Amino acid sequence: MANHTIHVKINGTEKTAEVESRLLLVHLLRETLAMTGTHIGCDTTHCGACTVLLDGQPVKSCTVLAVQADGREVTTVEGLMQGGKLHPIQDGFWQEHGLQCGFCTPGMMITGSALLARNPDPSEAEIRQAISGNLCRCTGYVNIVKAVQHAAAAMKTAAPAEA
Amino acid sequence: MIPAPFDYHAPTTLEEALAFLQSHRDEAKVLSGGQSLLPLLKLRLGAAGHLVDIGRIPGLEYIKEEGGVLKIGGRTRESALEHSDLIRTKYPLLADTAAVIADPLVRNLATVGGNLAHGDPANDHPATMLALRAEVVATGPGGSRTIPIDQFFRGLFQTALEPDEILTEIRIPAPPPRSGGAYVKLERKVGDFATAATAVQVTLGAGGEVASVGIGLTNAGPTPIRASAAENLLTGKQPSAELIAEAARQAAAATNPSADRRGAVGYKREMARVLTARALQRAIQWAKEH
Repeated sequence: MANHTIHVKINGTEKTAEVESRLLLVHLLRETLAMTGTHIGCDTTHCGACTVLLDGQPVKSCTVLAVQADGREVTTVEGLMQGGKLHPIQDGFWQEHGLQCGFCTPGMMITGSALLARNPDPSEAEIRQAISGNLCRCTGYVNIVKAVQHAAAAMKTAAPAEA
Repeated sequence: MIPAPFDYHAPTTLEEALAFLQSHRDEAKVLSGGQSLLPLLKLRLGAAGHLVDIGRIPGLEYIKEEGGVLKIGGRTRESALEHSDLIRTKYPLLADTAAVIADPLVRNLATVGGNLAHGDPANDHPATMLALRAEVVATGPGGSRTIPIDQFFRGLFQTALEPDEILTEIRIPAPPPRSGGAYVKLERKVGDFATAATAVQVTLGAGGEVASVGIGLTNAGPTPIRASAAENLLTGKQPSAELIAEAARQAAAATNPSADRRGAVGYKREMARVLTARALQRAIQWAKEH
């Protein structure tokens, strides 16, 4: 079956790969490119452990073909940190103890970062709605919500200084 | 899980996609958002020799009103519907539906056309489109044809689409004044298929009577179901609590659910009754307020 040469900008860096049609985006990341920050959980589009940003939108990378990402931009948890500084969402999860086992955390942080990019001041209900496609087996949702709120507050404080 | 091998094609024009489908017919599947098709291929419940990705064809994603008709491009994402001001303010049934399809991450890829073309009675838009009396535009090598929604669903995972046709547009009559709609869904958790769900679109007359009503039922049989008897019962009458209760009973009687982990047949029928009554009440309330 046909292979395809794809070009995908991953965390700002152009990557080229030779992929089979059926290769899933999550396998391109984890196996072809050895970027294991993105997790595989249920593998059936339920749990959201594999969430990445595709052109800025959070999607489940176990349900996207690698070849569909050709010419597009992907952001993974490895791309959240900028200039040696944790993304506010990462700091939020640290400060608010937003993880227990940590398995859902990359997906939670990617979804949380996308929410804050679209809505810098989300209500608790909006946060819970946004992460409703990401499952936490430890049921640590209370602190995950606090972590996103922590990040929102930090980004609000930081924003005027940057302007 | 890894799907069986297939070839992937990404045409950049509709003509190119249609020509490929015409020459490969039964071996090819159209890939829209992929949120139903890819799981099916991964679980190996289905197979395809060729996937034709219509995601790189421009001009298939839009939501617009033209000449009294709401037109939704076949490849419009559910998230676009969910965040559209036009939908939120004028099409509450569609807004309700878009908010409960799968989960927010899936909705960033899943498309309205795909939700219909998949032919799954457990999907949410089939019932919605029955209630809205939509039409589906199918484009094939010979041009486009319009299929009334009542003729679209032929069986479990079967639709009126030919193998060389693409669902390019959904057309919905713009609602007249005093119209309202609601979609009420019971699901075990976010992302699950409906245990039961009811879509209602209603227009009231000047005297408050039901001028017209559409009722669609999700996951209540091998195809999405129109509750015709309930529609007929309501039409032309004042929607009293008693009448709504009787219409809900008739809607439940029209269901033919199968027992599964979501519940027994009797439970699902009962839920169809309860949800139909709630959807009717909410749709009528919206119609009175707008």
